Amino acid sequence: MLIRVLRTYLRPYGRWLTAVVALQLFGTIASLYLPNLNADIIDYGIVRGDTAYIVGTGGWMLLMTLGQIACSVAAAYYGARASMSFGRDLRAVLFRRVMSFSGREVAQFGTPSLITRGTNDVQQVQMLVAVSSSVMIAAPIMGIGAIIMAVREDPGLSWLLGVSVPILAAVVGVVAWRMMPQFRHMQSFTDVVNRILREQIGGMRVVRSFVREPQETRRFEQANADLTGTALRAGRLMALLVPAVVLILNGSSAAVLWFGAVRINAGQTQIGDLTAFLVYLTQILMSVMMATFMLMMIPRAAVSADRIGAVLGTEPSVVPPPEPVKSVGTRGQVEFRGVTLRYPGAADPVLHDISFSVSAGQTLAIIGSTGAGKTTLVSLIPRLFDATKGSVLVDGVDVRALDPDLLWTRIGFVPQRSYLFSGSVASNLRYGNPHATEEELWRALEVAQARDFVAAMPGGLDAPISQGGTNVSGGQRQRLAIARALVRKPEIYLFDESFSALDLATDARLRAALRPVTRHAAVIIVAQRVSTIQEADRIAVLEGGTFVGFGRHHELLRSCPTYAEIAASQLSAQEVA
Amino acid sequence: MSGASRKTFPGRPPGAGQSAGRGPPWMSLGTPAEKSMSFWPSARRLLRRLRPQRLRMACVVALSVASVAFSVAGPILIGRATNIIFSGVIGKQLAPGTTKRQAVAAERAAGRIHLAEMFARMHLVPGAGIDFKALAITLLEVLALYLASATFLWAQGYLLNDVVQAVVRRLRSEVEEKIHRLPLRYFDHQPRGELLSRVTNDIGNLSQSLQQSLSQLLTALLTLVGVVSMMIVISPLLALIALVTIPLALLLTRLIAHRSQRHFVAQWKHTGDLNAKIEEAFTGHELVKVFGRQPEVARDFDAKNDELFTASFAAQFISSLIMPAVMFVGSLNYVLVAVIGGLRVATGGMTLGAVQAFIQYSRSFNRPLTQVASMAGTMQSGVASAERVFDLLDEHEQTSEPEAPARPVALQGRVEFQHVSFRYEADKPLIEDLSLTAEPGHTVAIVGPTGAGKTTLVNLILRFYELDGGRITLDGVDIATMRRDDLRSRIGMVLQDAWLFHGTIRDNIRYGRPDATDEEILEAARATFVDRFVRSLPDGYDTVIDEDSGNVSAGQRQLITIARAFLTRPALLILDEATSSVDTRTEALVQHAMAALRSNRTSFVIAHRLSTIRDADLILVMRDGRIVEQGAHGALLQRQGAYYDLYSAQFGGAEAEDEDEQRLADGGSPLQSAAGA
Repeated sequence: MLIRVLRTYLRPYGRWLTAVVALQLFGTIASLYLPNLNADIIDYGIVRGDTAYIVGTGGWMLLMTLGQIACSVAAAYYGARASMSFGRDLRAVLFRRVMSFSGREVAQFGTPSLITRGTNDVQQVQMLVAVSSSVMIAAPIMGIGAIIMAVREDPGLSWLLGVSVPILAAVVGVVAWRMMPQFRHMQSFTDVVNRILREQIGGMRVVRSFVREPQETRRFEQANADLTGTALRAGRLMALLVPAVVLILNGSSAAVLWFGAVRINAGQTQIGDLTAFLVYLTQILMSVMMATFMLMMIPRAAVSADRIGAVLGTEPSVVPPPEPVKSVGTRGQVEFRGVTLRYPGAADPVLHDISFSVSAGQTLAIIGSTGAGKTTLVSLIPRLFDATKGSVLVDGVDVRALDPDLLWTRIGFVPQRSYLFSGSVASNLRYGNPHATEEELWRALEVAQARDFVAAMPGGLDAPISQGGTNVSGGQRQRLAIARALVRKPEIYLFDESFSALDLATDARLRAALRPVTRHAAVIIVAQRVSTIQEADRIAVLEGGTFVGFGRHHELLRSCPTYAEIAASQLSAQEVA
Repeated sequence: MSGASRKTFPGRPPGAGQSAGRGPPWMSLGTPAEKSMSFWPSARRLLRRLRPQRLRMACVVALSVASVAFSVAGPILIGRATNIIFSGVIGKQLAPGTTKRQAVAAERAAGRIHLAEMFARMHLVPGAGIDFKALAITLLEVLALYLASATFLWAQGYLLNDVVQAVVRRLRSEVEEKIHRLPLRYFDHQPRGELLSRVTNDIGNLSQSLQQSLSQLLTALLTLVGVVSMMIVISPLLALIALVTIPLALLLTRLIAHRSQRHFVAQWKHTGDLNAKIEEAFTGHELVKVFGRQPEVARDFDAKNDELFTASFAAQFISSLIMPAVMFVGSLNYVLVAVIGGLRVATGGMTLGAVQAFIQYSRSFNRPLTQVASMAGTMQSGVASAERVFDLLDEHEQTSEPEAPARPVALQGRVEFQHVSFRYEADKPLIEDLSLTAEPGHTVAIVGPTGAGKTTLVNLILRFYELDGGRITLDGVDIATMRRDDLRSRIGMVLQDAWLFHGTIRDNIRYGRPDATDEEILEAARATFVDRFVRSLPDGYDTVIDEDSGNVSAGQRQLITIARAFLTRPALLILDEATSSVDTRTEALVQHAMAALRSNRTSFVIAHRLSTIRDADLILVMRDGRIVEQGAHGALLQRQGAYYDLYSAQFGGAEAEDEDEQRLADGGSPLQSAAGA
């Protein structure tokens, strides 16, 4: 997976990486050439007393040095550029993939893990590329160069390299291999740490009101201990690597001396060749050390690449059609035809054989007990999920065939949990319609009964909103979420328990103000309060995933016992009658 | 680079490190000397964190010294082995039976003075070949030496890893503990993803940086010390000349490092910002989709991503210049030595051997220097991350607990607000001079339009925020003089937002009382109708739920939070829209349980469904942070004031609505214009 990720996302920067290789090749050769020039100074300059030669060669050496530096700088430039571009691209691809997921895929990975993958894991792979582009090339060049020279120097001793190099590779390989599972655990424990902290921040008030800080700290400590434990194990393995490599190479030089002595004694080789062989061995050691440093990063990067690859390899379960319908005739119509939804692995369907139709100007209200499937039903319309059986039609076209953008521009959605994004009141209101004028925003706020409090906020429309909308009250948040949907001026409104946090007077005013605005739109309201929905054109009573009643308020009071019960639990006796 | 600059500048005045980061004026380059650009304060703070580990650190240093010493001694033994081989080669060429003295004399007689001197110094046995026994012993010694060196190095790495992980673990814990001590206000302005990034990305980066750089830094510095002392022993003059390169290398390093530091700071700041963007987008990803915001969100993301790219590219590029720069100084030194040395030898001012030694040492001297330089970027990056963690740890905490905390003795549950005023923003008064009394065992209902300050009132009782004026007392004790956890442990709360943590339903119900038995949990679940839907779940009470999961509905989540409060049986109960997402039939059933829970307990209830609070002992009608009316249901209805309006809006039906709205909309109602829109 690491190789595939690298190959795919480094491809656009192949030219830069080639430049890095070329520049480093030149730089390495230059640095290897310097001692030769120095030898020349001694052999020809000093011995012959040729001062001009000394100065000339010295100047040449200086030039080589400068060239070498220029190469290093240029290589660093292209290396940094390529590795950081790679990281940027990978993050962008990952982000877009997650954004294309449906709720199901997000739940499968878990939001905290997806966040870790988006930054932390990419960082690991990016770092490997960055370090590689500075070390990866120089090390093998030096190493291979030294091996070639060593073999040339004394082929009779070269079999030793054939022993020590595989041992070296085996040791490094085994340690790296054993590090992999540790790093895999490490990344998933990072997910856990991320998740616990995210929960603690999100549930701050609950944690504090239940005085659960000590327990939360203990819960975090457990995750922290787990994370530290794997990091310790990985680090201990890592600590083994460098000494092992150094020992093997130093052991090899002892072996070279022994077997070299045997060969010298037999008159098969010269002592000068032996010393040269030892020098090259030292150089191999140096390059292997450099490579080892980089090799230590590979297991972690490989684990991260796997985690990134898992996200990139997951196809969203809700995909846009290959040939989307881009225009529709009718406007503001929603129809369900025998819709059944079953979550994978679940025994019973969440929704079973639901059929209804709402046209422009009509209001359908859905009521039913907690967990009856109301939210699920609504979320089928903007394709947050796809039906298992049957079809959902918007403006006469199956939503699975519609262009997603076209579908979404038609929908004004107010979800059950009114989530606001960090920014300002205005940026939140313009969320679905960036070009809305201030006047339009105020009008939407008026309808949503939010004008007064927004006007009283410091900065008005520019008042800051913190992430999730935590700096406004629950009811205010809900009204801003309603206004946000209104600003879109959609043809279909979906209100999923959008009035629950409002006091009844505000609720009533809001609905009254809403009526003229939604006159030409199809409206689907999920609600608990009978008072909220009793004027709806049609009321559907959802129970256990099916409609047990469908009609107007007064009809249902008579024909549907469930509805009558719900009504009775809320309205006074004379009201029901 | 860091350690080198500190160790090789003994003459530096103490405390100079403080200003080191800002650097001399010529390095400022027009950028303001921000706190975040400094390297040393955070680096020193990081080093101070090693203090609890000083014993292990001392071992680490000792092991490093041993390992470096042994690895430096290795070549000497190798040299001895080479000599044995060499002696054998020479000895074989000499006639057997002669003595070493004779051989030396023979060479001298032949006029080969050099060879004669060399022979004299060697262990020669003429006629004998290589002394394999001696060679074997020497090589075994070499192996033993290297084995010892490697073992020391391994032990050093092992211990250092322990030290780093201990420091990092402590840091993570401190951040987590800090989060519990920060005032709630802090989180109103801080994106969650940014905070998370400090723990996952920054502490992770710090851990990796320390692990990678500390060991190398230590060995490199020790090697440097070793080489320098060897040079001083051989020739103080040569040492002095070689040491001249250090200031130059340091100056270059600092020049470059100073510029890259702020990019590293920016890199980790942007990582945090990007993490916040990702966190927010992933959390609200369904909204992003349905509102067709994917292009904008992606553009927004790309902008942040580009900023991160720019900063990390600059940091990576500039910091990777340090190594070539130091290598350049080294090479320059090398070239100069070669040229000047060569010229000196040519003019007879110096011997060839001296120049060669000189060159040898300046090369082995450059190697650790370059190694340290190559670590500079890693260290800078780590310190930039450390600083972000320290910044979080330095944030203002909520007011500290009183020295001698007060404790109400026998809790009756009498809550009093005395002239309380509070505002979230300094220039926006919310609650002004509010007074109220809740008698023990009474149920106080708070009603009023959204944004009237109902939830704020509850937040103040729980001391989530501190008052700006007045005081709140519990059984006559000012709650500000109590310990927060003591106060809160007496209060049970069910909030509008049903927060559940990642865990089973059982554990979530148990949340407020970890010692509750399964029977008690079941009882609480039955009373709050959690049991009914839990039994239909395939895993029952072991169903794992979390903050974002969709396997239980909003209403069910709320029921679980009610069960949670039910189980704690607190002295004081706060229900803030506890059943807003629960269907009304279930609610009606839950009400019985709630009523049982409320009996003999002072309770504050915020509810929009007035039917649920009709029998409250006291109903407070709030508007704009003030209590506009208070009394019991019947009395309030008779008064035909604000409560009456609210009540008839709810129960007056559609026909009455329009009139009610007129009454409610005190003057500036937006209704007319909205209706006309």
